[in-house]
Amino acid sequence: MSALPETTLSREREREQPANPPMASSLARWRERPFDTSGGVRVIALSALLLIAVIAPILNLAVPQGSALHLSDYAVALIAKIMCYAICALAMDLIWGYTGILSLGHGVFFALGGYAMGMYLMRQIGRDGNYQSDLPDFMVFLDWKALPWHWAFSDSFVATLALIVLVPGLLAFVFGFFAFRSRIKGVYFSIITQAMTFATMLLFFRNETGFGGNNGFTDFKRILGIAIARPSTRMLLFVITGCTLLGFFLFARWLVASKFGRVLQAIRDAESRVMFTGYDPLRYKLTIWVISAVMCGIAGALYVPQVGIINPSEMSPAASIEIAIWTAVGGRASLIGPIVGAFFVNGAKSWFTQAFPEFWLYFLGALFIAVTLFLPQGIIGLVKRRKKEERA
Amino acid sequence: MHLRALTVVLVTWLLAANAHALTAEQVRAMAIGENDARAAAIGLVAASGDDKAPAFFQALLDDAVKTAGDKVFVVRDGKALDAASGAVVMLPDNAEDVVNSNRMRREIEGALASLKLLSTDANQRAAAIKELHDGVDESKLPLIEKAYAIESDAKLKSELGLLRAGVLISSADKTKRLEAAKSLADSHEPATKTLLLDRLKPDAETEPEVRAQLELSVSAIQSRLAWGERLGVVFTGASLGSILLLVALGLAITYGLMGVINMAHGELMMIGAYATYVVQNIFKAHLPGLFDYYIVAAIPAAFLASALVGAAMERSVIRFLYGRPLETLLATWGISLVLMQGVRSIFGAQNVQVENPRWLSGGVQAMSNLTLPFNRIAIIVFAVLVLASLAFMVARTRLGLFVRGVTQNRPMAACMGVNTAKVDTYAFALGSGIAGLAGCALSQVGNVGPDLGQGYIVDSFMVVVLGGVGQLAGTVYAALGLGILNKLLEGWTGAVLAKIMVLVFIVVFIQKRPQGLFAMKGRSAEA
Repeated sequence: MSALPETTLSREREREQPANPPMASSLARWRERPFDTSGGVRVIALSALLLIAVIAPILNLAVPQGSALHLSDYAVALIAKIMCYAICALAMDLIWGYTGILSLGHGVFFALGGYAMGMYLMRQIGRDGNYQSDLPDFMVFLDWKALPWHWAFSDSFVATLALIVLVPGLLAFVFGFFAFRSRIKGVYFSIITQAMTFATMLLFFRNETGFGGNNGFTDFKRILGIAIARPSTRMLLFVITGCTLLGFFLFARWLVASKFGRVLQAIRDAESRVMFTGYDPLRYKLTIWVISAVMCGIAGALYVPQVGIINPSEMSPAASIEIAIWTAVGGRASLIGPIVGAFFVNGAKSWFTQAFPEFWLYFLGALFIAVTLFLPQGIIGLVKRRKKEERA
Repeated sequence: MHLRALTVVLVTWLLAANAHALTAEQVRAMAIGENDARAAAIGLVAASGDDKAPAFFQALLDDAVKTAGDKVFVVRDGKALDAASGAVVMLPDNAEDVVNSNRMRREIEGALASLKLLSTDANQRAAAIKELHDGVDESKLPLIEKAYAIESDAKLKSELGLLRAGVLISSADKTKRLEAAKSLADSHEPATKTLLLDRLKPDAETEPEVRAQLELSVSAIQSRLAWGERLGVVFTGASLGSILLLVALGLAITYGLMGVINMAHGELMMIGAYATYVVQNIFKAHLPGLFDYYIVAAIPAAFLASALVGAAMERSVIRFLYGRPLETLLATWGISLVLMQGVRSIFGAQNVQVENPRWLSGGVQAMSNLTLPFNRIAIIVFAVLVLASLAFMVARTRLGLFVRGVTQNRPMAACMGVNTAKVDTYAFALGSGIAGLAGCALSQVGNVGPDLGQGYIVDSFMVVVLGGVGQLAGTVYAALGLGILNKLLEGWTGAVLAKIMVLVFIVVFIQKRPQGLFAMKGRSAEA
């Protein structure tokens, strides 16, 4: 063995290792930082809650415009949008960072949740559309006389809430069951999830599937009978989104520290060993896969009323792969990382697309390359390394 | 109407008197009087097939006809000619223009077209037939019969026959319709089928007897056309398959042999297509005489351009990510974004125009309803050539041996003195170069734009996944199979649904055979 050139050996070692840190080190990390709700986390969670639910509404609604402290409507809309993305990134982190399954199809769950909400919002327009019809405008345009069957529950808000959870959850369950049962892993899984979102996108582009074709749903007027464009409505949605994000964060924190979460990480690091120890990876993977999909669906449902449009481009393979990059930039296998990543990448996006629209794709591309090459642990990994160095 | 009937009788009588040159009376009838009467006269003259008539019709269309009293003149180049005799005369001072309403112009144009049917120039006859296709009626029948009798070109003759049948089949006389429906059953033309189907629409044909005959004829034609259609599906399927094959062959090396998920593969194709575009422009600017052969220079240029970009990618990024497929996937996606935006910055976001060389445009008419375009045939041949040379390279050359060796057992290959790093670069460049070739081929059949690669990346990964990793044979079967399956379903359900069904099929297929069509056997299968 010693005759081997050094580079080949090290290369070989890399090949044998899984992409993520081996079990031993993750166990060590787990011991080092046991789950506790005392002290730090509680303070951070409470102050985040305060920031979202009290300070932001005051700054936006009570502080007059023109004041230095005023939070503009634009900023509210942007932050709300990014918080929806952060939920997706968190969901991606659970499945990718903690379970080692890279999904390139999470956009489809996001969009399905969004479409479920969109259908409800379309019905809420009532007769205020361009054609003054009970049917949504695009159906009038297509000369349809009645709602298609899958719009049956769209006038009930409660049913819509159920659909937001059930539709992405069911698709994830069926898809995941077959995929995990035949032990499709790694890149194969990533590619068929991409095929899934691509196929669904093509389906939603069709007019006859009854989802508004290319244009999707837009021109929403009200939600639960309340005007959707009113500042207070927007603020309420903002607060709900923020609380959802915070809730999911705490939930994920509890989840990954539980026994269930530890099995997930074990599956990530050495699936066959987990299997030989008597666990059935199928159940664990399927559960976290469905949870992750439902989280994305909820994010989509929160996204649509605030952004005001949903169309099939949310299901394009590019949109799904962007979710992965938020997670990777922030730092996989840490829970705050994906949220940081979503804010960093999308903040950069909204700045770039205004200041230098032609350079945004260069920046995004470079980010993909740089993170994979130099920052495997993302921004959070960088911060942690700094801290460790300081301590040493 | 009385006037019209009277004129018809009058002109018929006149025609009988002199059938082969325009008479003063004919000219007068066509130029002077009520529109209806003039139209009837024009129709009659046209039907007679007089050889001087076209020139006069043209003069009418050019507003070069004048009248004075009952004399008709054609004014050309400042000289006035007597319309009937053709002699140069003095134009009287009180001459007035003949004004033609739009309706009259249509009549004259129709008459001119029907006269062109008898022209000696085959192209003009073809144009006339085309013109007559819409708005043909029974009044043109004698002329069509006459043209049909003397037509020598087989293709034009069959078109004339179709035209005649089209007139007859909508004739007011039931027996004529029945006869026409019967005679059309012998046709080989898809157009005839369309014609018959048109007549079968509920409001077109009411006689049950004729309807039955129409249906019989349609099914007779249908069975004759079926083979052409079937072969057509196979051909378009093979064509799509050959494109998929070209796209997937590069992936079969980079992904199949090396295990690198290259999401920028589509963009490497795009670079090949743009290289073709650049070479085309160079030829257009500097070597216009050799323009038809630019493709010969474009093929190596596309290969080299993509191979160089690929080598640069491997050296700078991918090399550090071996064994980490998910990271490779993200990094190469990033590269694809940069490449796409780079092309946008250089060439603009719009599609660019790549022209076919002349010898690649057009096609062969294999059957009446089956035309095989040359560019598609060329791509099939090209794909086969690329496949053959690649198979030769992998199986017979030293580089191929090294690539296989490094793939199967990297440390052992290194022990044998193979420079594995170099082999990686070469192999990746080779795979990228083949993507460039695919792009060059695609530029001949589709749009060339910055998004060119995006549309193929999902498809091509499907091909590789379906075919199985580490296999060229699997890739070939998967590409052709998917191509033909896609086109078969397309004929049945439409393009988008077909694509969705194919994707669903692949997802289901992978459930059953996660290793693809041709699974690797032995120890390497576990890797």
